[in-house]
Amino acid sequence: MLSIGLGHYLTLAAIIFTIGVVGIFLNRKNIIVILMSIELILLAVNINLVSFSIFINDLSGQIFTLFILTVAAAEAAIGLAIIVVYYRNSGTVRVEEIHDLKG
Amino acid sequence: MIAHSIFFYIFSFIAIFSAIMVTVSKNTVHSVFFLILDFISISCLFIMIGAEFLGMIMLIVYVGAVAILFLFVVMMLNVAQQKSEWFISRDKSTHIPVGLLVSIIIFFELIIVIGGWKYKPNLVNSSLIEINSNTTNTQLLGNIIYTDYVHLFQLSGMILLVAMVGAIVLTFRKRSGVRKQSYFKQISREKKDGVELTNPETNKGVKIDA
Repeated sequence: MLSIGLGHYLTLAAIIFTIGVVGIFLNRKNIIVILMSIELILLAVNINLVSFSIFINDLSGQIFTLFILTVAAAEAAIGLAIIVVYYRNSGTVRVEEIHDLKG
Repeated sequence: MIAHSIFFYIFSFIAIFSAIMVTVSKNTVHSVFFLILDFISISCLFIMIGAEFLGMIMLIVYVGAVAILFLFVVMMLNVAQQKSEWFISRDKSTHIPVGLLVSIIIFFELIIVIGGWKYKPNLVNSSLIEINSNTTNTQLLGNIIYTDYVHLFQLSGMILLVAMVGAIVLTFRKRSGVRKQSYFKQISREKKDGVELTNPETNKGVKIDA
């Protein structure tokens, strides 16, 4: 309990990952919160990679985290641009009212 | 050691609390604020565990760029004050209990994976690039990023470029009725088009025609 090991970090990452998944599944609000939940999921993956990299003494995990960071930033920019375009065309970003594709 | 664990618990509780608040808070601006708090506490954890460079990069990239981008979009779309209901749908849809069930199953699967890893401690024993404690974390990362991983590094730069071009192309809008400078017309204008020399008689004035 007192000495912090790998399991603590992995548990923290699992909790944050699950919160992000819950935020995607149960969202009734706007789509921006869904993008934020995706950021939370990527953050949990980063925690996993960094803690493994530290605890098994291998630096490649941190390199992977750096690339995930890049992809997450690009994904946030593209996603927000798509949301801005959708809002300009339809006037809403509520999840319940986005059903143009009839999926 | 005890200070380390105390700080770990403080930061991780703040991180979990703010992650929950990101998903359940009704105001979208508050969600962005809690997202920033989450990123900051996780980067504190990274710095504490020994990955200083990534902690700082998290602060710069996530808090400085991504969260501010979210904040700007929330401000532009004016969705902060919209009425929102949490867990209440207009038509009784069944996907909320199913989503909760799937999330709980995902969580328990992750916990089981962690437990299985603990039972076999020699599961992962390959150390490709060792962490040397004499040099700093930033120097070690720089040593291998520009040598072993240079192609991936260039590729991530290409990803950022494509994202930038894509965001600009998506949000670009051609406006009508905007008076712009036409450089070509300005440069190609010559003296005989603009200036005309006349020799007017006295008391007759100059006739100006377009």
